[in-house]
Amino acid sequence: MDGSTPASPSLEATKAPARRPRSTSLALEAWRRFRRHRLALAGAVILLLMILAIVFGPSLWPVAINDIDFKARLEGPSWGHPFGTDDLGQDLLARMLYGGRISLAVGLAAMAFAIVVGTLIGAIAGMSRGWVGSALMWLTDLFLSLPQLPLLLLVIYLFRDFLKSLFGAEGGVFILIVAVIGGLRWMPVARLVRAQFLSLREKEFVEAARALGASKSRQVVRHILPNALGPVIVAGTIDVAAAIIAESTLSFLGLGFPPDIPTWGRILFDAKDYLDIAPYWAMFPGAAIFLAVLSINFVGDGLRDALDPRKVM
Amino acid sequence: MGSYLLRRLLIAVPSLLGISVVLFTVLALAPGDRFEELATNPAVPPEVRTALRIKFGLDDPVLVRYVHWLIAMLGGDWGFSFVSRVDVGTLIMQRLPTTLFVIGCSQLLAILIALPVGIYAATRPYSFFDQVANTLAFIGFSLPTFFTGLLFILLFSITLDWLPFVYRSDISATGWHWVLEYARQAIMPISVLALFQAASLTRYVRSAMLDVIRLDYVTTARAKGLAERVVIVKHVVRNALIPVVTLVALQLPAVFGGAIVTEQIFRIPGIGSLLISSILANDTPVVMAVTFVFACLVVLFNLIADILYGWLDPRITFA
Repeated sequence: MDGSTPASPSLEATKAPARRPRSTSLALEAWRRFRRHRLALAGAVILLLMILAIVFGPSLWPVAINDIDFKARLEGPSWGHPFGTDDLGQDLLARMLYGGRISLAVGLAAMAFAIVVGTLIGAIAGMSRGWVGSALMWLTDLFLSLPQLPLLLLVIYLFRDFLKSLFGAEGGVFILIVAVIGGLRWMPVARLVRAQFLSLREKEFVEAARALGASKSRQVVRHILPNALGPVIVAGTIDVAAAIIAESTLSFLGLGFPPDIPTWGRILFDAKDYLDIAPYWAMFPGAAIFLAVLSINFVGDGLRDALDPRKVM
Repeated sequence: MGSYLLRRLLIAVPSLLGISVVLFTVLALAPGDRFEELATNPAVPPEVRTALRIKFGLDDPVLVRYVHWLIAMLGGDWGFSFVSRVDVGTLIMQRLPTTLFVIGCSQLLAILIALPVGIYAATRPYSFFDQVANTLAFIGFSLPTFFTGLLFILLFSITLDWLPFVYRSDISATGWHWVLEYARQAIMPISVLALFQAASLTRYVRSAMLDVIRLDYVTTARAKGLAERVVIVKHVVRNALIPVVTLVALQLPAVFGGAIVTEQIFRIPGIGSLLISSILANDTPVVMAVTFVFACLVVLFNLIADILYGWLDPRITFA
């Protein structure tokens, strides 16, 4: 310790200018690592294309999603209807572009909800040294052992009509599904964050901050949380995929969005009775869910490699 | 062993209680009243309605209602189904064996696929086989069960016409013919669930194997001159499987979710399809009871995993 004291001003002087370019190179380094995971890169490209399609698609393909045309019912893919039509003659491409917005929005919103709740609970449990931490972890374990889909169905069954009357059919179901999916997916994040906090809070740099008189909230927000964020980002990515699957499952069971909101799962639900005469009807939404989930999972895998500085690549 | 079992059982009780609190809170918070119908029905006088409310204790404080509900649930008194006018308990008991059969077979099949693939991939990390297995695993758990189910029906029932896509509980044949028919209709639902499970399980097995394979005692075993096969099977796999047991149990809530979906697709008369049909028919007692049964099953399998874990891992003391 004594020896390092006179050396520190000069050390600081040499390090200070080097710090700035280093922080940008950290992101570049992560990007370099991410690029080496070829499947993750492919996943990111596919995901980007899908997002572009659902954002700009409806303006490039201006066909109404509820344009009923009985002359063109159950038609296979053609130039007029690239993805074919359903039993009411509605254009499937237009419906899928619109439904994709809902499906991805549900995924992102549920992920954000789960991350916020999980980080909050994990951080409190990780910082507290008393009974609060163990109580919160008991709660986390309890939620982990709940049967998710039955509970999801139960909550939706009991609260659907109430929220529908409060926020309208679309908004009510959206809020309900996001809250329920997010509310049942925060536990892995909470455990991750707590584990990170438990090790980080004893590290020298946090001790240094504490010695300098940093308040507890400053220690958490400025010093601990940024270092704990890597695994949380990875878990969040995977959560988007899980939330998309959960929403599609609910819609597929006929208990998600109402029929006039064609999410991908809902289109699949409508298509499953026409599997023998119109297989394309089920193929397109199913493939869209699969591609979105697969790409997100690969991106998450790539991020896991990219954000772990200990891993040599 | 006895005290270890007892301790595990004592841990399972609070989590069951916790689950029952969550379920009851959801039910109590839900808007609407089960007697709403009676209130709007002019044929029912208000006195009768009040008498019924008192009889069923609907105006009691929440805590009292919770205790009554819990005692009824534990005593096996799950009420009557509004729709089929049958005791909920008998209704569930009729359906439960089918669900357990499908879930059990699919878990078994998943383990039979995941173990060899995961072990083989871990012994040759980053080889061609490992990469193919890894990619297939990613595809496997990215394919939602409802889409795999539809793909299977499209391929094996509609295009090839090999397998029936509706699960029948009233097969008219007898003897071996009955077994054959039953197996034929069970193939698709079981493999849909098993493939989904096997995909994530393979990755767990592989990473658990890789954790163990680098340990010093494995090098020692090799240095003793043991054959590679013996090193892998007798020394590595036995220790690598211990965490996998817990993971299989932790996956079970997800398996039940998948079972609900497959039961719905293939019209299997299990408790998953019972749950969906009673939700669609507003049959609250059945919905609550089925959810509770699912929760109990999850706790039960966690308990079994804990006991297996203690049996497999001698480092865990029973004292």
